[in-house]
Amino acid sequence: MIAAPLSVGFLPLIDAAPLIVAHEMGFAAEESLALDLRRAPSWSSVRDMLSFGRVEAAHMLAPVPVAAALGLGGAGTPLSAVSVLGVNGTVIGVSNALAARLRDHGHDFAFNDARAAGEALIAVAVQPLRLGVPFPFSMHAELLYYWLSALGLPAPQSVEIRTVPPSLMADAMQAGEIDAFCVGEPWGSIAVENGVGTLLLPGRAIWRFAPEKVLAVRSNWAEAEPDLLGRLIRTVWRAGRWLAEPGAPTLAAELLSRREYLDLPAEILDRALNGRLVISSHGGERHVPGFVEFHHAAATFPWRSQAEWIGQQLAARTGLDRPTAARAARAVFCSDLYRAALAPTRAALPGASSKIEGALSEETAVVSTSGRLFLGPDSFFDGRIFEPSAQ
Amino acid sequence: MSASLSIVVVEPDRVRASLIVDSLRDAGSYDIHVISEPTGLARKIHALNPDVVLIDVESPSRDTLEELALASGPLDRPVAMFVDRDGEGLTDTAIEAGVSAYVVDGMKPQRVKPIMDAAIARFRMFQRMRTELAETKRALEERKMIDRAKGMLMKARGIDEDEAYALLRKTAMDQGKRVADVAAALVTAAGLLG
Repeated sequence: MIAAPLSVGFLPLIDAAPLIVAHEMGFAAEESLALDLRRAPSWSSVRDMLSFGRVEAAHMLAPVPVAAALGLGGAGTPLSAVSVLGVNGTVIGVSNALAARLRDHGHDFAFNDARAAGEALIAVAVQPLRLGVPFPFSMHAELLYYWLSALGLPAPQSVEIRTVPPSLMADAMQAGEIDAFCVGEPWGSIAVENGVGTLLLPGRAIWRFAPEKVLAVRSNWAEAEPDLLGRLIRTVWRAGRWLAEPGAPTLAAELLSRREYLDLPAEILDRALNGRLVISSHGGERHVPGFVEFHHAAATFPWRSQAEWIGQQLAARTGLDRPTAARAARAVFCSDLYRAALAPTRAALPGASSKIEGALSEETAVVSTSGRLFLGPDSFFDGRIFEPSAQ
Repeated sequence: MSASLSIVVVEPDRVRASLIVDSLRDAGSYDIHVISEPTGLARKIHALNPDVVLIDVESPSRDTLEELALASGPLDRPVAMFVDRDGEGLTDTAIEAGVSAYVVDGMKPQRVKPIMDAAIARFRMFQRMRTELAETKRALEERKMIDRAKGMLMKARGIDEDEAYALLRKTAMDQGKRVADVAAALVTAAGLLG
């Protein structure tokens, strides 16, 4: 069988790993796919490459296809998230000046307590706090708004948001344009490495199971090419499973460091993949198990409730009708297509397609199609839960 | 309302920026500003309050413009990526040529078209120049590689330059390869053998 060519857009980030691994480790070839990975310079660019048919699939910020379904940004082409690519994998960093004030205030940089870190940040920051996020529709923005608002600093209203592409985040901090950022790895570590910032929290300290990136396709392509789509979903699932094996992250760091992918030293990429982050240029390592997740706890399952959570946050901010937004958002995360694609494999699939987001503070066994499946933890730092609407 | 649309061109390269401005001036009477520094881009654009923003598709600063789609104040004019709904494929053509346009809410497509046409033509030229430059560089590198291989053969076999080249060409023909590839293989092998 001749491998079918399939072009996929990606941004140079740690969580492009499943796509790069799928190509380099032969998982794509096993499904007779020849992936043509195309690196894009910005999120709007990768979205447009997908919308205008320059690529068939893309590594995408989870909120982008949801925003498109709500008529926010983009070219009006309906997009579908057919799999989650990675859960978490982001960091919040502060400028060195702000880090010094936090230390004077007595903050310990324990890197695991979102409440303590957030309260200290609000106490010492010169208002308005200038925050860098990679894209207006991103989990980075959502996590920052959720976190600060829950701690009494209504965001984005009371802060200044600057959109800065990931690879330019360290430069923006050096130029004094921003006081803090939330960005996907390795770009937080690059800021540390360049001596311009200190890491304050991993994104997962705010939401333990935030769907960070998805595998997005044009909805009409998904309908027209069910066979190719199924092969792509299975390929990415196998790459994610491989990434969860002991020892795989170190090898993955080497693959990702190549010039055509991230073009950065493997040692820096290894930090996120192995969950050992250096938080400041003085050293200081923090161990964060599960910093980024590609497989465990059904990480790549596109929960309709995750899409609805994103849709509700966007609707609340832009004044859209909430029930309509919830319906539109749910349809974007295609748990049905994901299920159909993985049915022939031994993947343990959850029995439901929606869950109460934030309800699990520990790993919990749930009903699945094949034996036992463990989900969670997926809690928010403030203990709130999000109950999706009845279908 | 003023008939003259205001355009902001985001382009760090001075030469390219002035070429774009020239072609826009040829296309009509516009009020044109160039922003060459990506820092504070959203703020600068907000201050200029243009009708159209033109930016290289490849520019990472483009993401900053997406922020303008969410303009919140009552006097703000939300800006969105220009998408032609007439099925002319103008947006598609523009992206292929390497330029994207952001326009304010409510702008009539026919007012944007001449601007897009001019920008597309100009960006196509940039693409051609980039391809030509890459080709020239490659040809130069191949020429250097062939010269080195010839030098090695002349020294190793005591032959003159023409004979060395003839040998390279014959080997290439026998193996169905390009002369430059055979030369590169020879240079690499020689490097490995020390």
